[in-house]
Amino acid sequence: WPDLKDGTWSVVLLKIIKHYQEEGQGSEVVQGVLLGLVVEDRLEITNCFPFPQHTEDDADFDEVQYQMEMMRSLRHVNIDHLHVGWYQSTYYGSFVSRALLDSQFSYQHAIEESVVLIYDPIKTAQGSLSLKAYRLTPKLMEICKEKDFTPEGLKKANIGFEHMFEEVPILIKNSHLINALMWDLEDKSTVADKHELLNLSSSNHLEKSLQLLMDRVDDMSQDIVKYNTYSRNQSKQQQQKHQYVQRRQQENTQRQSRGEPPLPEEDTSKMFKPPQPPPRMDTLLIAGQINNYCQNVKEFTSQNLGKLFMAEALQGHN
Amino acid sequence: MTPIAGAQQRRSISPPPQKKPKTTSMQLRVNRGRAQHRAWRYTCQPKTAARRHSLSLSKMSVYGPVVKIHPVVLASICDSYERRNEGASRVIGTLLGTIDKHSIEVTNCFSVPHNESEDEVAVDMEFAKNMYDLHKRVSPTEVIIGWYATGFDITEHSVLIHEYYSREATNPIHLTMDTALQSGKMSIRAYVSAQMGVPGKTVGVMFTPLTVKYVYYDTERIGVDLLQRTRVLPNRTKGLTSDLSQVGGSAARVQDMLTTMLAYIDDVLSGKVAADNSVGRFLMDLVNKVPTISAEDFENMLNSNINDLLMVTYLSNLTQAQIALNEKLVLL
Repeated sequence: WPDLKDGTWSVVLLKIIKHYQEEGQGSEVVQGVLLGLVVEDRLEITNCFPFPQHTEDDADFDEVQYQMEMMRSLRHVNIDHLHVGWYQSTYYGSFVSRALLDSQFSYQHAIEESVVLIYDPIKTAQGSLSLKAYRLTPKLMEICKEKDFTPEGLKKANIGFEHMFEEVPILIKNSHLINALMWDLEDKSTVADKHELLNLSSSNHLEKSLQLLMDRVDDMSQDIVKYNTYSRNQSKQQQQKHQYVQRRQQENTQRQSRGEPPLPEEDTSKMFKPPQPPPRMDTLLIAGQINNYCQNVKEFTSQNLGKLFMAEALQGHN
Repeated sequence: MTPIAGAQQRRSISPPPQKKPKTTSMQLRVNRGRAQHRAWRYTCQPKTAARRHSLSLSKMSVYGPVVKIHPVVLASICDSYERRNEGASRVIGTLLGTIDKHSIEVTNCFSVPHNESEDEVAVDMEFAKNMYDLHKRVSPTEVIIGWYATGFDITEHSVLIHEYYSREATNPIHLTMDTALQSGKMSIRAYVSAQMGVPGKTVGVMFTPLTVKYVYYDTERIGVDLLQRTRVLPNRTKGLTSDLSQVGGSAARVQDMLTTMLAYIDDVLSGKVAADNSVGRFLMDLVNKVPTISAEDFENMLNSNINDLLMVTYLSNLTQAQIALNEKLVLL
């Protein structure tokens, strides 16, 4: 795997922000496609276009056709029309889901270096742009390819929730012309009068994050219970099998001593159906999601602690 | 609070600039007032002259709606200019947005391929219609409100293109962006067309300028702030920082602003710069904004907040350890 770093052009950034702002206020996620090309060891994302949302009256809407047409049109104006990934907005960091995994897998299967850009609008509104790029690790790709989600399969691959996604560092690049534009904008626009980042109120955000975390932990515990019952059933079944075989052997020795033909050795596996092992992929996803939530919460608290100490210093001088 | 009062005091007792003969106290006060007034006028005049001059260049119009542009549009125009075909000197495209009673908000745009030569201009209309349809699927509230072109001036071809766009939208606006930086700045101007000439005879078209403003959503503002920081770095790239360093950066910026203010106040105190009452009032507001809470109450609030945050950190660490443990157990 080449060590790919993202080089995102500012156009992409602004487009993503705008797309969420306009269309995503009510619903959970907005999605779109990233276009660009691979340059040496960097993946450059030069443009993007949004995907319309699925509404009820758009049953016959053809996504593929929309994509094709868009790309064809963009090619006419010399915009890079190569797919390099897709972007999605997220709500408080809850993006590790089956759907994301599947989409990213299909993208990565087709194009090796594709990434998914996760944009967190709520965190951005709090003052710091939150844009992260993720890619599936090769191990996870292997597993998805084989679709073997049983516990044995995962044990073989030795994969933990930290090894599911790898984060790709993002750099923002600008051309000279855009630089000139930035100078111009700075000149003409007013100073940002809202320093959202220095806002002290934290309880709202904390509450919501913790709520989501609790939900996930509940899911996780249910999953664990399922797995425990499964392993208990399995061991019980093993015991029963063992007992049955023993009894058979005993009977056979008895019959032999009496001179009767031994009973046929029946196929134990047909008699005792092994219980269905629960798929472990969901557990992994939930674990990954919980990990993500915890990371976010920790970041948030560290920022807030800093702010509180600054407020203390300010009060001390008054 | 004391420095400001001091500045005001000093201004009121500053002696008049010209030497005046000894007069009664009443007259002295009047003279002082007039002298002050004259001094104020002298200091203000060059400023207003400069302001008027810049007004004449950037805000030429009075009539017509205000055009509010989002930075997305400008960045897209720059981008499409950089990707233009060989030999094309300028790029044109459609502007999408929403129309309000008094203002037009431009929120999106896409470029349209076109060929321009000495005597004719060809624009791919089909393409424009297609793209507009595609865009409409994503954001159904956006309508065609005009078109843009890069370049400094308005040419005759612009008139033709403008005619086409007036068929698509009522009273389209035309936006020019000087990407060749002819005047040293990237002048972004908007025009609307108006008929001129003698009625009955050949009617011409005149482009009247409109005021241009930049508007941002909150999140856009933050994104643009990040982009602003790239322009000072030599290789024009910037990574995204995280965590406490961002708070530190933000605090550093506020500190810079405070130092500028302190420098200004020092200047006023030492008499180098004439004090401005409105600035003084702002400063008073600023200092009063720090709420006066009794030390005890503040301690309590601070401690409870810190406790909350620490508890949450502890819990999240615990959860992470838990799931890691679970992972290891399952793999046994």
